[in-house]
Amino acid sequence: MIDRDTIASHGLTVDEYDRIVSILGRDPNLLELGIFSVMWSEHCSYKSSRVHLKTLPTDGPRVLQGPGENAGVLDIGDGLAAVFKIESHNHPSFIEPYQGAATGVGGIIRDIFTMGARPLALLNSLRFGELDTPLTQRLVEGVVAGIAGYGNSIGIPTVGGEVAFDKSYAGNPLVNVFCLGIAPVDGIIKGRAEGVGNAVYYVGAKTGRDGIHGATMASAEFDDASEEKRPNVQVGDPFMEKLLLEACLEVMESDALIGLQDMGAAGLTCSSCEMGARGDAGIDIDVSTVPQRETHMTPYEIMLSESQERMLFIVRQGREAEVERVFEKWDLHAVRIGQVTDDGLLRVRNGGDVVAEIPNKPLADEAPLYERPYHEPSDFKARQNLNVDTLDLSTPPTDILLRLMSAPDVASKRWIYRQYDHMVRTNTIAPAGTGAGVIRVKGTSRALAFSVDGNGRYCYLDPYQGAMLAVAESARNVACAGGVPIGATNCLNFGNPERPEIMWQFARAVAGIGEACRALDVPITGGNVSLYNETDGEAILPTPVIGVVGLLENPEQTVGRCFQEADSVVMLLGDSRLSLGGSEYLKVVHGLVRGVPPILDLKTECALQRVLVELAAAGVLLSAHDCSDGGLAVTLAECSVDTEGVGCDVAIPTDAEGTISALFGEGASRVVISVRKNDVGRVTEVAAAASIPCLTLGRSGGKRIRIAIGGEDVIDAPLDDVAQAWSSGLSRYFEDSAA
Amino acid sequence: MKFAVIVFPGSNCDHDAHYALTEVLGQQVNLVWHKDRDLGGADVVVLPGGFSYGDYLRTGAIAKFSPVMSRVTDFAAAGGPVIGICNGFQVLLEAGLLPGGMRRNQTLKFICEHVHLRVEANDTPFTCDTTVGQVLRIPIAHGEGNYYADSDTVRSLQEHRQIVFRYTAPDGSLDDSWNVNGSVDAIAGICNRDRNVVGLMPHPERACEDAVGSRDGRVVLQSVLSALGGPGGLPVNSS
Repeated sequence: MIDRDTIASHGLTVDEYDRIVSILGRDPNLLELGIFSVMWSEHCSYKSSRVHLKTLPTDGPRVLQGPGENAGVLDIGDGLAAVFKIESHNHPSFIEPYQGAATGVGGIIRDIFTMGARPLALLNSLRFGELDTPLTQRLVEGVVAGIAGYGNSIGIPTVGGEVAFDKSYAGNPLVNVFCLGIAPVDGIIKGRAEGVGNAVYYVGAKTGRDGIHGATMASAEFDDASEEKRPNVQVGDPFMEKLLLEACLEVMESDALIGLQDMGAAGLTCSSCEMGARGDAGIDIDVSTVPQRETHMTPYEIMLSESQERMLFIVRQGREAEVERVFEKWDLHAVRIGQVTDDGLLRVRNGGDVVAEIPNKPLADEAPLYERPYHEPSDFKARQNLNVDTLDLSTPPTDILLRLMSAPDVASKRWIYRQYDHMVRTNTIAPAGTGAGVIRVKGTSRALAFSVDGNGRYCYLDPYQGAMLAVAESARNVACAGGVPIGATNCLNFGNPERPEIMWQFARAVAGIGEACRALDVPITGGNVSLYNETDGEAILPTPVIGVVGLLENPEQTVGRCFQEADSVVMLLGDSRLSLGGSEYLKVVHGLVRGVPPILDLKTECALQRVLVELAAAGVLLSAHDCSDGGLAVTLAECSVDTEGVGCDVAIPTDAEGTISALFGEGASRVVISVRKNDVGRVTEVAAAASIPCLTLGRSGGKRIRIAIGGEDVIDAPLDDVAQAWSSGLSRYFEDSAA
Repeated sequence: MKFAVIVFPGSNCDHDAHYALTEVLGQQVNLVWHKDRDLGGADVVVLPGGFSYGDYLRTGAIAKFSPVMSRVTDFAAAGGPVIGICNGFQVLLEAGLLPGGMRRNQTLKFICEHVHLRVEANDTPFTCDTTVGQVLRIPIAHGEGNYYADSDTVRSLQEHRQIVFRYTAPDGSLDDSWNVNGSVDAIAGICNRDRNVVGLMPHPERACEDAVGSRDGRVVLQSVLSALGGPGGLPVNSS
């Protein structure tokens, strides 16, 4: 029954099969093979990445839970904890954009409330191919609609995020969703099975045939046959999840639950064996008692189904009726499907027959560990070669600015975030589109700021540097809002790890993340790895996405990116080493991704972030915007183009590489702020004390964007023109833009 | 003053209404589960926003069958003040307590942003502290907020001054481009003939504090305190 073809079609190697045989002491049956195949898929086991992920810093005084559970947990004071994580749903979103994205949202939300936290905010980080193709437009429409459809229905605000476009993502869009919730410190629930004889319960949607082998699909590349994978995409029901969420939170108000876990990738299989492994226990379940919505489902189908909105939990003995009652109130049916044992086995029955028996720990924790070979790509040094002298720099800077402002990477994302309810729960204190997400923590005087950031171009040109820059940017965005970064989650999106050049990108990126997180004192509390993001041998730009969470002591001090009033003083804080390598300018104007990403000095970055937090707390910052895509000229324009329309008149420093570099060169640790005249002295003092360079550029106000270098205007454009280019840059690709 | 905020499966903005009424306005609020047949002696009933019953069939269509709705109908018939916000407005339309229906936004997309409302009638319990023509900046968040009624109904609403709020430009002038969901006659909110039941698509409970972007919604919730005879913000002795 188990032949080579069967093994291969399950995504397992012959060596992995032999390992299974030695764990079981016999050949597996088909069901057991299926169970191993999903648990040992890349998506569930992290077999290619664990060796590298181990090197990340995961400890800190605030860390209550690091990687290994459904989400990370940080102590935020007042007896409360922030519970958060980021996850990907990339492969399903290419196959079926609406449901792929929707179920990605559903999955990460479950990961948060399964820990005992009420989910309070969502962010997302998206990547697509170039927007001028109908396929990409369709993917963007579907993904955004799916995120909106799910998040809005369940009543959790999507308060921000990022989106970027590059042809390498055309067949492999990235949909990374971040969720943050709050729980009482003593109410954190783990996903573990404990207490021999305790009941194992199932609650939520009925199990169907959707999503079977979804985990295996996410662990392989796409090719011509990919359309057939449509049935592998799960279908979401946010109403069901809302009921589950409220019911679970209500049950968790008592101590009747010992453990809770959502059924996500690899469904019932993953949740049961992981809970067993974590609790050093066995789990004995009877699939014939699992609620099913289709007839004649086999044990294989039931164990591997990825039907959404289902939870598995362990109840304290004697409390079963109490728990069932709470679920009945919400018209949910909690069904006992098994019990905890002491033999460490995952035992699956079908009525009277035992149909699978596998030791939990080896299944959940001892998947093969691969040290995949890696080496620098042969063209790596060549990519970094950028001779600016060979570029045609004759386009007038004002025209370049308009082109960059209307590039989808840079342009207003209002068409997107307008579809998200970013205000539900009345906690959102930073308006959408102004920078990091910020939500107040009701019942305290605090707020949480959070941002998701990544840069595929930088990582392609130098994965180590690019990953460090991503961490720095995410933490900097949080600091710009006035928050002190306290922890992070990461989503690592890469191509096929069996290719040494890709594995090299991964290893270098993880090393870069580690160095930056250590320097910024931002521990990684968990995250996700998505590999095999490539089609027909073409990989995506390596795209590690970092989600940093920060704490604001007083929400009064939330700071956005836009100038607030005319005649405020515009200042530039931070580093001045610029690079056109990997820049938005180079891509949009010259169609190139080449060169070396900006240099990052982590000590300077740390000091800059402390300065920002101090100035925000002192109430002197009218605005703060970090310089990223497009360089200083774009940053200044972005500060002006909001609905109030306050222009600027500034002079910026020269750059050794020339005018274009000074205007559009990108650099790390660089922020544009605006303050009232009276506060300039204070800013200068605070910056000097931290050895952060500080320059007055000019003033805000007027109906123009005017930028001078060396006494000469190099950009002089009507604010309305710039605002028009910016507001239509993305929306012009979509029909309904009555914006 | 006691408020009953009805909670259907899938309601989301019950939390927000509860917070605004208790923390900002200092009132007493009961969250009333849809299966309850008792409003707990409430003076005001609030049907909050959300996605009751997952918007299955039509938005608000199933909620009307909930046991609590017969109590709400009796309360309204007896003249009690009832406000339906967003999905709550949709429920009132489906339950026949207000005339007209709701369609998908003309953009066919969900829209979340601040809009400007002009008060058209200040003789309802939820607008009595405003002046006619006053402009309020309040957020909308809906995919199906395109209010529709046939021309006879619209005429009747106009004649009986049942239009309570219209979408306008920030200066209060009527302008199609500011009617983002395409509602007929730019109608954002209406009341019944007896003027005690008000429904509106925008969310006043999301606009009660500057911290969240606007406090213009406060007057809508505050008005009902004046309407019921107590000084705004202080609890009235139960009678």
